[in-house]
Amino acid sequence: MPAVHVTTTVNGDRLDYVCESDETLLDCLRDRLGLTGAKEGCGTGDCGACSIILDGRLVCSCLVLGVEAENREIETVEGLAEGDNLHPLQRKFLEHAALQCGICTPGILMAAKALLDRNPSPTEEEIRFGLAGNLCRCTGYDKIVRAVQDAAKELQGA
Amino acid sequence: MPLDVKPDLKREFDVVGTRPLRPDGIDKVTGRARFGADATAPGMLVGRILRSPHAHARIRGIDTSKAEQLAGVKAIITRDDLPDHSNGDRATYDILYNCMAREKALYEGHAVAAVAAVSAAVARQALKLIEVDYEVLPHVTDVDAAMKPDAPVIHDDIFTEGVEPKPDKPSNVARRSEFGHGDVEAGFREADVVISRSYKTEATHQGYIEPHACLASVSPDGSGELWVCTQGHFMIRNVSSQVLGMEISRLRVTASEIGGGFGGKTHVWMEPIALALSRKANRPVKVVMSRDEVFKATGPTSSTSIDVKIGAKKDGTIVAAEAILRYQGGAFIGSWADLGAMTAFACYDLRNVRTVGYDVIVNRPKTAAYRAPSAPMAAFAVESTVDELAHKLGLEPIDFRIRNAAREGTRSSYGPTYGPIGIGATLSAAKNHPHMSAPLGNNQGRGMACGFWFNFGGQTCTSLNINLDGTIALSVGTPDIGGSRASMCLMAAEELGIPYEKVRCVVADTSSLGYNDVTDGSRVTFSSGMATILAARDAIKKLCGRAAQMWGISEEAVIWEKGYAKPAGPNAGEFPPLSLKEIAAAAATTGGPIAGHHEFNADGAGVSFATHIVDVEVDRETGATRILRYTVLQDAGKAVHPAYVEGQFQGGAAQGIGWALNEEYVYGEDGRLQNAGFLDYRIPVCSDLPMIDTVILEIPNPKHPYGVRGVGETSIVPPLAAIANAVSNAVGVRMTHIPMSPPRILKALEGRS
Repeated sequence: MPAVHVTTTVNGDRLDYVCESDETLLDCLRDRLGLTGAKEGCGTGDCGACSIILDGRLVCSCLVLGVEAENREIETVEGLAEGDNLHPLQRKFLEHAALQCGICTPGILMAAKALLDRNPSPTEEEIRFGLAGNLCRCTGYDKIVRAVQDAAKELQGA
Repeated sequence: MPLDVKPDLKREFDVVGTRPLRPDGIDKVTGRARFGADATAPGMLVGRILRSPHAHARIRGIDTSKAEQLAGVKAIITRDDLPDHSNGDRATYDILYNCMAREKALYEGHAVAAVAAVSAAVARQALKLIEVDYEVLPHVTDVDAAMKPDAPVIHDDIFTEGVEPKPDKPSNVARRSEFGHGDVEAGFREADVVISRSYKTEATHQGYIEPHACLASVSPDGSGELWVCTQGHFMIRNVSSQVLGMEISRLRVTASEIGGGFGGKTHVWMEPIALALSRKANRPVKVVMSRDEVFKATGPTSSTSIDVKIGAKKDGTIVAAEAILRYQGGAFIGSWADLGAMTAFACYDLRNVRTVGYDVIVNRPKTAAYRAPSAPMAAFAVESTVDELAHKLGLEPIDFRIRNAAREGTRSSYGPTYGPIGIGATLSAAKNHPHMSAPLGNNQGRGMACGFWFNFGGQTCTSLNINLDGTIALSVGTPDIGGSRASMCLMAAEELGIPYEKVRCVVADTSSLGYNDVTDGSRVTFSSGMATILAARDAIKKLCGRAAQMWGISEEAVIWEKGYAKPAGPNAGEFPPLSLKEIAAAAATTGGPIAGHHEFNADGAGVSFATHIVDVEVDRETGATRILRYTVLQDAGKAVHPAYVEGQFQGGAAQGIGWALNEEYVYGEDGRLQNAGFLDYRIPVCSDLPMIDTVILEIPNPKHPYGVRGVGETSIVPPLAAIANAVSNAVGVRMTHIPMSPPRILKALEGRS
C-alpha cells in the first residue's frame, strides 16, 4: 500500500506528514506529528479521549483517517493555551480539581471548548449532554460540570 | 526508637486541609503529561499479542514459521520462550501462565503468542499467520455452575483449601474461608423476625480509560528498562524479574502517568511479554492493549452468588447474622471471597455472626482488584437484607442501622476490636441531612446503605532532599492515581513550615528509591503521607543540627518552628532565627547535602465507613432507572486536600452507580464475552448522573500523625445496595440481581403483576 503525503493545519501551523491510507488521524497526530495529547481509549469512537476539533466540529480522531485531514483545520489540546496563558477551561479544570488521573482531560477540554464555541452559556443539562461522548471514570463528572460552568461564566464576562 | 505518630488532636494546620492546585496539573490540561502509550524509544518496535478465541482449550501446538518469514517481523515468542522460573511457587507460576498460556488456554483472550514488528500493520498480519492447534474443551463461566459436581474441572491439581479433611478430588472450589463469633443457631432461635434471601451480582470491569501500555528495552547484557502505566512499578519490577529469571537490580522500571487504575493496574499483565520480546529482538518494544484486549484479558471483578440470613428482635436488635458468599475469580486461584466474608457485616455490632466465603475458578479472565475488592457485592446482599428486615419490623432503615451500628470497642465480625470509628457519625449525619427528608414523587424511591473498608498501610520508602535555595525535592515510590502528589507536598510543607509551592514531589523509578508497595488499599495518603511527614522530621533534626553548628551551640538547644530553627530557650543563647533557606544555603560548609528519609512497613491504617443516600426514578415502561440525587457521607480521618477527597467520594459513587444499573460482563453459551467494548459495556456518562453531594467527616485515625484514613475505596461499597434499596422502594419489588438493567427491572415488575 503506497504511503500518502498529507498537508494540513494543526493549531494554526501548516504541517506535513506521510501516512498509510488506513491509518487513523489519531495515530498520525500521535505517531507522525508527536502530538500525544489526544489519547486512544477505545479506538471505536465510544470514549472521546481522542476528541479534537476538525474544521470547527468536534470529532473522535480515531474515527477519521489521516488522509482525510488534507487541507483541513485541526485544533488539539496542545493548541488550547495562548502562549503561556492557559485557556479559561484549562484554568478552571485545575481550580475545581476536575481531573484525577487526567487521561480523559484533553478530550473533555476539546469537547467543552466545542460546546462553548457554539453555546456560550449552556445550562447544566446542556453541558452534561455536550460532554456525554467523553468518558471519565475517575470524577463522577461533578467537578467537570462545575469547571465548565465557571469557565463559561468567565468567558461570558470577558 | 518508637515512632511518635499519634495525632495532636488540637493541632491547627497551616496548609493541610487547603485546596491548592496540583503540581502535575498544567501538564495534564495541556496534553504534555506522558502516559503509558506516550513514550517512544530509538528503534522501537510494535508488540502485539495473539489471544485464544476459546474459553477452554488444550494447545496441541503452535506453528510460527509462516509469521517468522514475514518481512518486518523481528521476534515471536510463545510459551517455549518463557521457561518456568517459579521454583514451585504457585503464585508466580500462575502469573507466568496468565501472561502466556501453557498447556491450556483458560479463557477467551488468554495470550498464546506475541510478535514484535516494525509496524502495527506488520504485527497484525504476523498474528494472522501464526497457527495454533487447539483441542476445544468443555468450559464453565458461571460461579454456581462451576461449583456443581459435574462441572468441567479447570485445574486437576486444585483441591479445596480450608476444608478438613482435604478433599480427595480436584474441583473448581479453590478455597473456603470462615469468619465470625458467637452461636448463630442460638441467635436465630431468639429472633422474632428472620429474613433470608439469595442475591447475584455480575462481573464488572474497572473501566480505566487508559488501556495497559508499556515500553520495554532489554539489552544483550541482561539489563533492562521498562516504562509502564501501573499502580506499582516496584511490584512490576519484582514480578517481571522473577517470571523472566532476571536479577532485580538489572531491571529499572519507571511508572508513567497513569490513566486510571482502580485496582486493575495492581497486577502484571503483558509486561513480561514486552520484556521477552525486547530481549529476543534486541530492540525496544512498545505494547499497547486494545480496549477489546483490556476487557477480555484484564481486570474484571468476581461475579457472585450470595445468601444472607439476618434475625432480629421486635425492638430492632439484630441477634444473628449469616452469609454464604461465592465469588468466581476467573481462571486462577486468587479471588477474594474472604474479603467479602470479612466485610459483609463489618458495619454492625453483632453477638452472633458467621460468614463463609468460597473462591471459585471459572473460564474467565483472572479477576483483579477493583476498589475495595469484594466488598460492594457483600454489602449489596447484606444491606438489602438489613433494609428488608427494617421494613418488616416497621422501623426506619436508618434508625435500625443506628441501633445496630458498630462503635469503638465493638468486636468486628472479622475479628479485631474497633478503635475510634466513623460509622455512627456518618449515620447521624445522614439522618440529619436534608436529603433524608426531601419529598419524593411518583415512581421515585429513596435508598440508603452503609459500607466498610479496611484500608491498608504497607511497605513505603520516601526521600526528601533540601535544595540549595531552600526548596524541597520529595521522592515517593507510590504512583499518583488521583492527586496524591499534591497531598504529599501539603504534608511536607506543613511539617517543614514552608509554603506548599516550595515542595515538588516526583514518583521515583525503581532504581532511585527503596521498595514501595503498590498504590492500593487506599494506602498512599496514609502510608506515603506518613513516610513523608517522618522524612521531614528527619530532615528537621538535621537542619537543627546544622543551625546548632552555625551558632556553635549544642544540637539539643535548637528547636524548629514554622520553617525556622530557633534557640530552644534563653539558656541556649541569643540568636536570630535561621530560616530553612538560610540553613540550606550554608549546607556546603556545614557538612554537605541535607536530606530526610523514612522507610517502614506502615501499620495502623484506620478503617473507614460511609453512608450513602440516593433517590431514583424508575420508568415503568422501559425499566430504565434515573439517579435523581446522591449524597455521600464518609469519614476521612483528616482530609489533607479536601477537593481530592470529595473527588474520591464522587468517583466511587459514580462507579457504583454504573455497577448497580448497567455494567455487566455478558457471556454467550460459547464462553465468549459478548460486550467487550465501551458501546456495549456502558459506563456512566455525564448525562446519566446528577451532581454528587459529599459530606466529609473527620474522626482522626490515632495511628497517623495528622489523623489520616484512606478514602479511595470505601465510596464504592454502599452504592449497589443503596440503589437496590431505592429501586426496590420505587417499584415495590425486592431487587436481588445486580445490575438492575432495564430488562431485569421489567421482569421484576412483570413478576409482581
